[in-house]
Parts: sequence; C-alpha cells; structure tokens
Amino acid sequence: MNSALLIIGLVTATALGLGLAARRGVKMTLEQWTVAGRGFGGGLVFLLQAGEIYTTFTFLGGSGYAYGKGAPAYYILAYGSLAYILSYWLLPPIWRYAKQERLVSQSHFFARKYDSPGLGILVAIVGVVALVPYLVLQFKGLGIIVSVASYGSISSSAAVWIGAATVTVYVMSSGMHGVAWNAVVKDILILAVVVFLGIYLPMHYYGGYGSMFHAIDAAKPGFLTFKPTGQSVLWFQSTVALTALGFFMWPHAFSAVFTARQERTFRRNAMLLPLYQLILLFVFFCGFAAILKAPGLTGGNIDLSLFKLSIQTFDPSFIGVIGAAGVLTALVPGSIILVSAATLVANDVLRPLTPGLADEKVTLAARGLVPVIALVAVYFTLRGGETIVALLLMGYAFVTQLFPAVVCALMARNPMTRPGAVAGILVGVAAVAYVTLTHSTFVSLLPFLPAKAGEINIGFAALILNVVAATVVSLATRPSAVTAASRLG
Amino acid sequence: MTVVRWLAILPFLGILVGVGFVNRVEPLVLGMPFVLAWIVGWVVVGSALMAIVYALDPANRQGEPVAREDRP
Repeated sequence: MNSALLIIGLVTATALGLGLAARRGVKMTLEQWTVAGRGFGGGLVFLLQAGEIYTTFTFLGGSGYAYGKGAPAYYILAYGSLAYILSYWLLPPIWRYAKQERLVSQSHFFARKYDSPGLGILVAIVGVVALVPYLVLQFKGLGIIVSVASYGSISSSAAVWIGAATVTVYVMSSGMHGVAWNAVVKDILILAVVVFLGIYLPMHYYGGYGSMFHAIDAAKPGFLTFKPTGQSVLWFQSTVALTALGFFMWPHAFSAVFTARQERTFRRNAMLLPLYQLILLFVFFCGFAAILKAPGLTGGNIDLSLFKLSIQTFDPSFIGVIGAAGVLTALVPGSIILVSAATLVANDVLRPLTPGLADEKVTLAARGLVPVIALVAVYFTLRGGETIVALLLMGYAFVTQLFPAVVCALMARNPMTRPGAVAGILVGVAAVAYVTLTHSTFVSLLPFLPAKAGEINIGFAALILNVVAATVVSLATRPSAVTAASRLG
Repeated sequence: MTVVRWLAILPFLGILVGVGFVNRVEPLVLGMPFVLAWIVGWVVVGSALMAIVYALDPANRQGEPVAREDRP
C-alpha cells in the first residue's frame, strides 16, 4: 500500500467514525434519519447548501469537462448564479406554504397544491429517476479516486464497489447526522485543495493564466469558444436555462428549503452564494492546465484529467490529500442523495400506496432501500462510459420537468389543472427517457425541425413539450370549460 | 422596489443573450478567454445587483424581529 492510499483510507475511516459517533444517543426515527430532526442551525444549513456545489461533479467533472470539451464547461459557472437570482423570488413562497401546511417533502408540496396523492407519487418517482444518475456520478468519482491513487493496483471496478460499500454503510448507520459533521470538513479541505491546484498548476507549467490560455488557443484553435455547431452558443443557452430552472427542483434541494428558520435567509443567500461559485474557476484552471501537459484522455476518461496531471506533478502523499478531499466530495453528497432517494421511495411512494403503514415500518423500509438503490447505481456505474457532466445533465433533464407545475402552483390563481400538471410532467419525462434510452437526438423525435434545433439541450427541448402539453390539457380541463361542457351535454 | 426588481433581469440577458455576441478568445481578460471572463463578470455583477435589490426590498427591513439568525 502506498502513502496515497494510506491517507485516503485514514480519512475515509475517520469520516465513517465521525458518522457513527454522530448517531450516538439519537433514536433513529425517520425524521432523525432524513433531516436530523430539523435541528440544524442556520450556519450548518448554509454550509450544506453552499457545499452542494462542491461534489465530485465540480471537482472531477468540472475539470474533466474543461479538459475534454473546453468552452462548454463554462456553463457550470453560469447556471448557479442565475439559479440563486431566481431563488430570491422562488423560494420564499415555497417556504411559506411548506411552513403553513407543515410539509416535509417535495412530493407533499405537489400532492397538497394539486390536491392529488397520485401526482405526489409521480413527482417522487421522477425525483428518484433523476437522483440515480447523480448517485452514479458520485460512485464513478469515488472509483476514479481510489483506483488512480492506488497507482493502478486497485482496478476501477473494484474501486467503485469499495466506494459504494463505504457510502452505504455510512448512510445506513447514521443517515443525515453523519453527513453534517463531514460536510464541514469536506468544504474546508476541498476549498484549500482546489484553490491551491488552480493556482499552482497553471503557474508551475505555464507561468500564468494568460500564457496557459494562449498556448491552448494556439494548439487547439476554437477550443476555448463555443463551436459553430454541436455544443454551440444555442447549446450553452438552453443548458444554462435548463439547469438554472432545475437547480431547486432536486428533491433534496427542494426539501432543504423547508429547514430554514426565516425566509429572509433565501434572499440573503441570493446575493452571497453566487460569489461562492467563483471557486469553480480554479477547478476549470486545473482541467485547462492538463490539456497540453497530460494529453490523451478521451471519452468517459476525461474525468481523470485532474488526477493524471497531479500524479505527474506531486508526491504520492500529496496525491493522498487530493484523493481524500475527493473521497469526501463524493461521500457527503452521495450520502445526501442516497438518503433522499430511499426516503422518497419509502415515504412518498410506498406510504401513500399502503394506507395505515406504521412510521417504524416506513423508517425500516427507507433504510432497507439504501443498499438496493446503491446496487442499482453501481450497476449503471460499471456499465458506464458517460462523463460525469453528461450524467448530471441527464438528471437535470428529468428533474427540471417539475418546474412549470411548481411555478404555476405558486401563483395566486393556479392556471394549471391537475390533469395539466400530470400531462406536462409525463410528456417531458417521456421525451427525455426516449432520447436518452435510444441515444437519439431531439430532432429525430420531431423530424420536421431544422437540424440547428438538435443543438438545444434535450432537457430544455422536453421542457418546451412539457409546457405545451400542460397548457393544452389545462385549457381543456379548466373547471369553467368542464362545467360549460357538462351544461351543454 | 417594483422598478429595482427589474435589475435582476440583467444577468439573464448578459449570460443567456450576451454570450452569443462575445464568443471569442481575444482579448484575454485577467488571463482568461474573453467569453469566460464575460461570464465571470456577470456572476460578480449579478451578486452586486442582488445586493441592491436586497437592500431596497422593504420585505427585508420590516418585521421578522424574531431572534437574530445564526450567521454562517
């Protein structure tokens, strides 16, 4: 065992220990397990929310996308900022309604607003479907870190199993309690590592940012700007729009809103959190630095770029520190996602379908579902080949389909009817599933469109179909229209 | 407030529409390709605009006298 693996192993063991210690003296009811009894203070909630952006997605995915695709990676910097601006007006009414109705999940929000338990179940299922690729990318990240830090002595598929097993044990034992402790450690460690690497690598190899970007531009003309076709400006615009609208539609992000103590928190975060996003620049710099110094990674392997360059640059012991930071960026969000997905299935799908189910049974089901969901994610991880960014965009394509129904529900007079909401979500999700499963494009779904429309992010294209379907069905099922029709009939 | 609120539209225009007009590498700004620097600029401007909106929004001044909130 080399020193890199040793350090990673120690940090992982400490994280597990902290997680286990955190549950001491806590009776694990469902509320304790999923939201830690709503006992987190404002500072911790801020960290959990702000830390959301420091997942494996940004650490390995962001640098990998900059390395492999160039300019398209810029979208990662743009969407969070716009999402936080939207949140200034979007989150306070959600929070007020949730407080007034004592809601605990996103699914409850829909079920109550549209007076339809069925819609609540549909929303929960969409949430779980969207969370799976998000979990897959965390596992993929863990696999990369462990196998690279072992300098090849652990295969990447074995590393995925180790990573998945660690997250599962961690979550099953302590739930959200363990997460809170480690979130703090993770944020400090990853901030330090990312800022250091983002400054050191370009300085060390190129002498500065300007000369680095000049060198990349000379070697790969057009790489640092959006392409005329494919991942074009149109792709950027539709992708930023999709991800900015979907930012708070993730089941875990939506219900995290409920934990705030007062609504002013959201408005203050709307001005503070965008600045926190700028740390992502340093992640991009790592990826860009690797383009010319650690070339040759293609396809799903572009996510290795940060590590490949680091291994050429640093001692194994420092690789261990980077790896340990990376493990935490996958472990903490991975746990949050796993807890959310298991709770969604148990509480928002099984419970409404089996009336009279006792709370203890639901808790038991949620914890029992953790390894099942983890196994599903491991299956997709090993089948893999997708880049981390492509996986997250897939999740976004699903979860953003909930946005129109949420916004309409917040209006004083909801223009969307229950069948309208169901139709919109079903059409949007079906379009995304079709394109994803058949590996086709949006244009093959609607062949009369010009080829340029194929550059529109599929999730955004599906969102347009979603709104059209919801509008048509809502108009047809408007209470006034129905009464008029019944009067005629 | 109703007028100030419209400031929040600017970052959307700057990022979603503006990028189409500044999709180039030169001149580098702070060492970054121009289009990347443009996006970074809008993230900073967006935050500043939201600070203005926050300061002028009466909802943040009145009421909510409940115990001071923990700062992060």
